[in-house]
Amino acid sequence: MSAALDTRAAPQSPSGGTLELSGIHAGYGDFQALFGISLRVEPGEAVGVVGPNGAGKTTLLRVISGLIRPTAGTLRFGGQDLARTPPHQLPALGIAHVPENRRLFPHLTVEENLKVGAFSPAARAHFAERRDRVYDLFPKMKQRRHQLAGTMSGGEQQMCAIGRALMCAPRILLLDEPSAGLAPIVVKQVFDLVRRIREEGLTVLIVEQNVAQVLRVVDRAYVLETGRVAAEGRSSELAADPAIRRSYLGGH
Amino acid sequence: MDPFLLEAIVNGILLGGVFALPALGLNLVFGVVDVVWLCYAELVMVGMYAVWFLYTQLGWPLPLAFGACLPVVALLGVLLHLLVVRPLLAAPPINQVLATGGVLFLLQGAMTLIFRTDFRSLGVDMPPMEVGEIFVSGTKLAAFCAALLGAAVLWAFLKFTYVGTAIRAIARDREVMPLMGVDPQRIYLIASAVGGALAGLAACLLVVQLDVHPFVGLSFGPITFMICVMGGLGNMLGGFLAAFLMGIIVSVGGFWGTTEFSYVVAFGFFIVTIFARPRGLFAR
Ligand SMILES: Nc1ncnc2c1ncn2[C@@H]1O[C@H](COP(=O)(O)OP(=O)(O)OP(=O)(O)O)[C@@H](O)[C@H]1O
Ligand SMILES: [Mg+2]
Repeated sequence: MSAALDTRAAPQSPSGGTLELSGIHAGYGDFQALFGISLRVEPGEAVGVVGPNGAGKTTLLRVISGLIRPTAGTLRFGGQDLARTPPHQLPALGIAHVPENRRLFPHLTVEENLKVGAFSPAARAHFAERRDRVYDLFPKMKQRRHQLAGTMSGGEQQMCAIGRALMCAPRILLLDEPSAGLAPIVVKQVFDLVRRIREEGLTVLIVEQNVAQVLRVVDRAYVLETGRVAAEGRSSELAADPAIRRSYLGGH
Repeated sequence: MDPFLLEAIVNGILLGGVFALPALGLNLVFGVVDVVWLCYAELVMVGMYAVWFLYTQLGWPLPLAFGACLPVVALLGVLLHLLVVRPLLAAPPINQVLATGGVLFLLQGAMTLIFRTDFRSLGVDMPPMEVGEIFVSGTKLAAFCAALLGAAVLWAFLKFTYVGTAIRAIARDREVMPLMGVDPQRIYLIASAVGGALAGLAACLLVVQLDVHPFVGLSFGPITFMICVMGGLGNMLGGFLAAFLMGIIVSVGGFWGTTEFSYVVAFGFFIVTIFARPRGLFAR
């Protein structure tokens, strides 16, 4: 089990894969959604991003994975400037993104979804071995390997989406609201999973509305409000902060 | 059963196999690129000229002429994508239809200039075979088998390869494909080449049954579009099945009346289906 996520094909670069954003502005056409975001995730860290609806959390992840280009600021991963890297080359660099609402291919089987996740030439060579590791991590996916992804429960689909992202052997995993729309017991399973993933040494950047739960699994977190970082700090500090408690933790 | 009716049904199935290829190609390109190649039948027509030219004018052996036709039309599909479709990917659908419609007339005009409007025939035919009480054209049977083989190869490509799986995925969700390491532009190009190759294969199977002329696309183009709409645009299996249905309708309609009558029946059936099942016969 301990090797389940150690699927990296390439040796780590000397800088070890630090994700660094500084002064990022981005938006959609004329609409600006992010205003000078600076954020840093060290290798092996688990970092949370929380904030109200429309704060720009999804936009932030989309900037990191290249789906949206920043209009200003710098974006680096492992010392490499990502400003000009086409998004489809990022999985091969070790950035995997589990998008909001999972976005599985519902008409493909579980295993075919994993196959699409291993599309990069570098990943294809390791398909069987990584698939088996995903099945070790999620035995249920192995049982369901020939089932159409769209016919599975929400929790199972989230496992499949995470498995699909792991097929490129990422160094950092971006998770966008993995617990959204799931029953409380399944939410707990998802957070247990995130804890396991990070114990394996994989760097995690997780966006969540479920603030109380996410603060228990991450080391640090950023609070995003209307496209700006409103607060940041260690999870324990944030959990104890009266303003945060009032806004996000039900005030107790 | 009346042996002549049975013969008409068998011929309909054989015809359906040949209709199936352009229907698959058109649906593949539409499903992936989201653009209808209005000039699809004209790509087939150019392929037919290619076979005719290589075989009768340059004296190539027929299998070699067939073998060359596929890559030639695949290349044509790639050029169509790069020169016409890609610049219009973000344009309104009506502009895309008009542009590929323009290519239709361009190809008809170009072939008229080069080869004039004469009907060109390959002059090859295989002897008919007697199966039980009915006669089956050997040429049509061979074309049918080749069409099924082509469809099977396409199926295996889509089912088992990485690119094929990505093609099936991208038809549902374009936006997330880069997150999987897939460059959508590259998939569009590959789908256009495969769509062209299917038109090339259809050309090989039609050129042995029909004379080539610049407007030959009109004799199977409209029916191909009807088949695709009936099967559900972008639905490959639906189009494949609808091709056989249309083949049988045309053939049996021709058995009871004239060829013109058979097309009236086919169009009538098509109009009824699009009213009754606007998203295709096989939509769930
Ligand atoms: N495709 C888009 N086009 C235009 N505006 C968009 C688009 N996507 C998001 N926005 C806007 O950008 C802002 C930030 O949206 P974003 O999805 O990043 O928020 P979020 O923090 O992820 O919210 P949620 O918690 O609801 O997922 C919102 O005001 C939203 O309306
Ligand atoms: Mg969001």
